[in-house]
Amino acid sequence: MRKTTLGGKAFRAVLFVAFGLFFLFPLYAMADFSTRNLIAGGRTLQAWKNLVADEALYAAIVISLLLAVFTVVLMLLILVPTMIWVRLRAPWARGLVEFLCLLPLTIPALVIVVGLRNVYLWVTYFLGESALTLTFVYVVLVLPFAYRAIDAALSAIDLKTLSEAARSLGAGWATTIGRVVVPNIWSGILSAAFISIAVVLGEYTIASLSGYETLQVQIVLIGKSDGPTSVAASLATLVFGFVLLLILALVTRGKRRDTAGADPAVAAPTTATQPGVPT
Amino acid sequence: MAKRIREALPLLPFFALVTIFLIVPTVTVIFSAFFVDGAFSLSRIAALFSETALSALWKSVLLSASTAIIGALLGAVLAWLIVSSPPSSILRRAVISLCSVLAQFGGVALAFAFLATIGLNGVLTIWVQQHFGWNLAGSGWLYSLSGLILVYTYFQIPLMVIVFVPALEGLREQWREAAVSLGASTFQYWRQVAVPLLTPAFLGSVLLLFANAFAAYATAAALVSQGSPIVPLLIRAALTSEVVLGQSGFAYALALEMIVIVAIVMVAYNLLVRRTARWLQ
Amino acid sequence: MKRTRLFGIAALTTSALLCAGLTACAPPEKRSEGEQTQSGRSAAEATSADDFGGMDGLVDAAKKEGELNVIALPPDWANYGALIKAFSDKYGIKVNSAQPDAASQDEINAAKQQKGKSTAPDVFDLGQSVALANTAMFAPYKVATFNDIPAAYTDPDGKWVNDYGGYMSIGFDSTKVPPVADINDLLKPEYNGKVALNGDPTQAGAAFSGVLMVALSQGGSVEDIAPGVEFFRKLKEAGNFLPVDPTPATIESGQTPVVIDWNYLNAARTAKLPSWQVFVPSNAIVAGYYYQAINSDAPHPAAARLWQEFLYSDEGQNLYAAGGVRPVRADGMLRAGTIDKAVIDHIPVIDGPVSVPTPDQTEKATTYLTDNWAKAIG
Repeated sequence: MRKTTLGGKAFRAVLFVAFGLFFLFPLYAMADFSTRNLIAGGRTLQAWKNLVADEALYAAIVISLLLAVFTVVLMLLILVPTMIWVRLRAPWARGLVEFLCLLPLTIPALVIVVGLRNVYLWVTYFLGESALTLTFVYVVLVLPFAYRAIDAALSAIDLKTLSEAARSLGAGWATTIGRVVVPNIWSGILSAAFISIAVVLGEYTIASLSGYETLQVQIVLIGKSDGPTSVAASLATLVFGFVLLLILALVTRGKRRDTAGADPAVAAPTTATQPGVPT
Repeated sequence: MAKRIREALPLLPFFALVTIFLIVPTVTVIFSAFFVDGAFSLSRIAALFSETALSALWKSVLLSASTAIIGALLGAVLAWLIVSSPPSSILRRAVISLCSVLAQFGGVALAFAFLATIGLNGVLTIWVQQHFGWNLAGSGWLYSLSGLILVYTYFQIPLMVIVFVPALEGLREQWREAAVSLGASTFQYWRQVAVPLLTPAFLGSVLLLFANAFAAYATAAALVSQGSPIVPLLIRAALTSEVVLGQSGFAYALALEMIVIVAIVMVAYNLLVRRTARWLQ
Repeated sequence: MKRTRLFGIAALTTSALLCAGLTACAPPEKRSEGEQTQSGRSAAEATSADDFGGMDGLVDAAKKEGELNVIALPPDWANYGALIKAFSDKYGIKVNSAQPDAASQDEINAAKQQKGKSTAPDVFDLGQSVALANTAMFAPYKVATFNDIPAAYTDPDGKWVNDYGGYMSIGFDSTKVPPVADINDLLKPEYNGKVALNGDPTQAGAAFSGVLMVALSQGGSVEDIAPGVEFFRKLKEAGNFLPVDPTPATIESGQTPVVIDWNYLNAARTAKLPSWQVFVPSNAIVAGYYYQAINSDAPHPAAARLWQEFLYSDEGQNLYAAGGVRPVRADGMLRAGTIDKAVIDHIPVIDGPVSVPTPDQTEKATTYLTDNWAKAIG
């Protein structure tokens, strides 16, 4: 290691502080602004109370949380068996599956929603008008991140041996996947699940342009007339996402000795290395 | 052949989902940009060359390019700061985790964060007003292109950090030692070894940031309530108001324009990533 | 390996094309027929109360539906808060008021996006340009007092009827900015970053009329809105134009100290903020009426029609007047003496030439705005 001079250290410290201020100050400002009484001055928790008190906002929060859960469940149900099957029985499809999973990164959500209208006419015809039908599109949106996480986890275990052992002992496919493979890729699954939740809670483009009232759409609507409440809701979403990431890091730290070393705190970011972060 | 089909069958749910909810909308967009009411017509494409559309395209490119370059430069600096910290330091892990959260922190929440900071009633605005008498929020610049540049940089920098740190870490210490042992100075090492190795990674990251900013919608939509300065907002106007250019289906042409640009940039990015991987993986 | 790749791509493309073709055709429509009325027509096709067998039949049918969806009706806009409450109390019908801060275009979009859903708007209250561009979405209906309304304010089939009108004005907070005596004052440096327009003129009726008022003051006319757009371009260059939608919250918090908006809205704000003053330029008076219409795909067609009847009844028109607007039946009611004495003073009286653009002029202006507004304010 090169010796770091005092000047060098001071320089680095200054840079760190500058970056820290730039990134952390808006977060502080959100907390400050959301507790401010704009008209009378002074502090008030009314904005935060509105998260539960305001009917429309509360309904939107519930819908978004449900959407997140449904998306995670559907994504896991479809993606995990698919990826396992591709590795075990259909390796010729691997390139295709990977390409399709990473495709949503190249096709902006904005483009998808423009072409989505006709598809959703059919979806609402069969499944009704609830915002929960957004689940299908959201699963597509989270595919790249989930794929990376689960792929990393699957690469770290000896899938072939595990599954052959289970099958030779008489287990069916469902048991093999559910009771043998899944517990071994648990960190990857958790990582995929938490990233998907963060993505779904933050998704605005498709929901707003399709006319559904999810959390982010409601936040923007409220923002026109009530600044502090919308800032409070945004901050709550952000804190929730951060807490999820923290839980993920804590829970998988114990499992790290089982997986071949992929640090989940870094694995999570690397799945976010591409555009299509639904902004 | 039958075996192939049997193998492919369990993959059907996945393929069906992706086809219906990703491929079909994309094909619809491409198709509808060229076919009006079933007949081939270039009128929608021609609308892309109207003054409004070209101006929006120019501003989008300006926004994406400037935030890509600023984000890349500042992000590279921050990445270097992180990499040159001791590997197991808490600061390093905290900063990387924070970056991963902030890179996802796009969208509506970011717009409101900046409104709370330097908006008309923002915390910083009021503080500066009270202590220095300046009016930071001024002419409402936050709600136009210059405001968007500042706000976009906020999530471009962490994205750059996440993408560039692995490249910096790929610069093996042995190369530096080898160069020094051959008599190279620090400057020579950087100029003739490190920079040429890092350039493809850096350029690739710039392209990635460009595509990221170009396709971003939610932040701009939450911040800009009047007017459509950039292409994504023009798509919003085209989808919500039939009056734009008196043309229905203008959104399809705009969406096509968007796919084409993003696809080209992403292809170039992938080529550069492959070059980077040769040495720095 | 190559063959399977090719096979995969071919399969994908064909299935995509198939699906694209499939989805190009829309699914079968789910038409909600609504109640069958006495005349045998469904409620959705009723063109007057007679189709329900008289007002009582209409009230019964509406009560059976039980709900009404309205959109873009802020409570302090033309006294809609009181109107909604009075309607709801009188008939026991629950009124769902969605998106109070939406613009006229948003109402049409909501109707299109939620077509067939039970949350779609039943009735519209639209600005002129948006209303006249979307008459195909309206159901013709003639209220009981239809003949009391001057023909100039109605569509011959009753597809739309003007409900209330006002004049364009400039409202400002006298504690934050110097008084506005002339539109050109707005270009002064004291108004830096302070002047807001109520919406985007290509989407909102209030903003459209606001630009028209400015055009008139700059030498334009109802035929020529260009000077108005030019003025806003100068305003933007001077840094005075604030591209933020004004709402009661932004006004109270001081975010938007100067607002170009209808006189009745600005008057309502004075009630909340005593330092808020209203200025109507005497050389540029633009009057504008809003257009009331029933969604032809309304999920509650009988309730929608009852709402119309209520709005155009003496009671409804008086409630409007209390909100500082000029109700469309004002002349007739003044003559008949049915207008509420307490609100006569609230009805705006205007001296000076008044401009009301015709539908053709509106269309021409809208086209010009579409091509030039985005360029002007960047």
